[in-house]
Amino acid sequence: MPWNGHREITLQVNKADGNFSSAFCVLFRLNALRKFTGKKEYRTGEVPGENMTDPITWIANWLETILEGIGLPVGIMVLILTVLGVLIVVIFVLAIDIFLVWMERKVVARFQDRLGPNRVGPYGLIQPIADVIKLIIKEDTTPKGADVLIYNIAPVIALASVLIIWAVIPFTPTLVGAEVNIGVLFIVAFGGIGTLAIIMAGWSSNNKYALLGAFRTVAQVISYEIPMVIALLIPVIFAGTMSIQGIVNSQELWNIVIAPVAAAILLVSSIAEIGRTPFDLLEAESEIVAGFHIEYSGMKFGLFYAGELLHALTIGALFSTLFLGGWRGPFVEQIPVLGIFYLFGKAFLVYFLIMWIRYSLPRIRIDHMLNFNWKFLTPLALIALMVTAILDKLLTDFSNITYAVIMLVVNLVLIWAVIMVLRIYASGERKKVGELKPTANADAVLSTFGKDVSSAQETSGAST
Amino acid sequence: MSFEQVVFILVAAGTLGAALLVVTTRNLIHAALWLIAALFGVAILFVFLNAGFFGVVQIVIYIGAIAILMIFAIMLTRQISSEKSARFNKNWLWAFFISIIFFAGIAYILSLWPEFGTTKPILSAEIDPVKQLGVALVSPQAYLLAFELASVLLLAALIGAVIIAWEQR
Repeated sequence: MPWNGHREITLQVNKADGNFSSAFCVLFRLNALRKFTGKKEYRTGEVPGENMTDPITWIANWLETILEGIGLPVGIMVLILTVLGVLIVVIFVLAIDIFLVWMERKVVARFQDRLGPNRVGPYGLIQPIADVIKLIIKEDTTPKGADVLIYNIAPVIALASVLIIWAVIPFTPTLVGAEVNIGVLFIVAFGGIGTLAIIMAGWSSNNKYALLGAFRTVAQVISYEIPMVIALLIPVIFAGTMSIQGIVNSQELWNIVIAPVAAAILLVSSIAEIGRTPFDLLEAESEIVAGFHIEYSGMKFGLFYAGELLHALTIGALFSTLFLGGWRGPFVEQIPVLGIFYLFGKAFLVYFLIMWIRYSLPRIRIDHMLNFNWKFLTPLALIALMVTAILDKLLTDFSNITYAVIMLVVNLVLIWAVIMVLRIYASGERKKVGELKPTANADAVLSTFGKDVSSAQETSGAST
Repeated sequence: MSFEQVVFILVAAGTLGAALLVVTTRNLIHAALWLIAALFGVAILFVFLNAGFFGVVQIVIYIGAIAILMIFAIMLTRQISSEKSARFNKNWLWAFFISIIFFAGIAYILSLWPEFGTTKPILSAEIDPVKQLGVALVSPQAYLLAFELASVLLLAALIGAVIIAWEQR
């Protein structure tokens, strides 16, 4: 086949594939690894010897030629390649998930001055496999009075809502599951589906503690979604697009340098979104035992656990994609496959930060959690958004360096102002706490409240 | 029949079936979950129309906010999820006829529209629909007034909610 003809077919496939995989994403709630989204400069085969630098695109093109050789119609070929891509991404991410169990246990052990798993395999590396086997052979219980279908489907949705986010995260300059122009909104949307899974689990378990956990989830996750969405808008302003690949491409300078406030807000609200300490009210052991997953055992609990761990890494990957440059790093333009290592390196760094916060801070009270969101985080995010939007318009004519410096200075001023406001607030609170508390004195109570307590006083008077 | 048509028919049938179950299920939580399934089906149809933005917004607003609020309200209401009262009252025949007439009327008016049934040309890849929508929402020639009116209305509702919920008035 002449080269031009081949090119034409790939372009057609490219178009068909676009429609298919975006439909697939929503339809089958799985990742679609799209093979043909790479820019033309990166397409392998054009330059000989490039197959080592971008092996995945090379394999995809190679498979494509083989399938073409068999004489399959284009539609079926795209279907096979898409399903294959979905499987590869899901298996890759889930394999990392198993490793995360080990990492989480090892890191928490170090924070608590222990050794952690160290008996099964070198450094306890095979421990998670043993954990998984234990979970699989455990008895699978369903509580009496549970809504069986919803009860069983909830853990699947919980894990799937995390997995699907990997569909829009770009791994390398050429490798992205689904290059959609609404990537940021897509992430927000499937965060909401995760909430739904927790509500379903809490309600269908027919357990008071599980239901309380679900209530707390609604109060927490939906409130913290607001500052998170506002903070997500700030990288969108810088990039001028909601496509995640577009946001990575625009980060000549990492976004965290020009928008540290937005980065901090995103990190805090993401931690609340995944329900980790200090925001783990939805599964607070000392109050509501285990919250929404109290009744789950065996692998169903395992799915919730895997979903939670993977969600933390996903937040790490998202944070690094939006604020730390994603796959960007030295030599990535020449050797695109390096992007995977850079992305996961940054993601694990953020994951470590989340663990650090988790194992260092105590749980906050529920009213403080809501106050912190509505009276501090949301207004701050709105101010940051407005300042960024206005400055972005004002600074369009300036050079990139001036733009970055002014943005950074404005952000630092904002941080200083926030610290000042907090200091004034804290001194007020301290004064309030430092005042003498009224002692339990019957005369004082009577003089303050008058008749209201007279009846109460009668009853208490009998005892004194 | 192409692959896309098969998927479209499956999704459309699923959406309609879920919508039917919303009004026929006795358990209110189940009805709300079926509503979510129906809304998800509508989102997939938006994606089929190459309107990914609307598909995702459908999920964010209808599933992520409205349906979850509905479930929350149902869960907070005691004993309502196993209501044993009658599903129909004596006016159901009138309601049935009126809804049929309305549906037929809307279908008829739509069929009078000159562009009904014509296939629109596919947008070129250079046009970013999200950008076009954003520009249209803030341009005075397009929907600026409607957009601002809607935001003022929502702001009024927000302030109203705060005043109603305020304890020390």
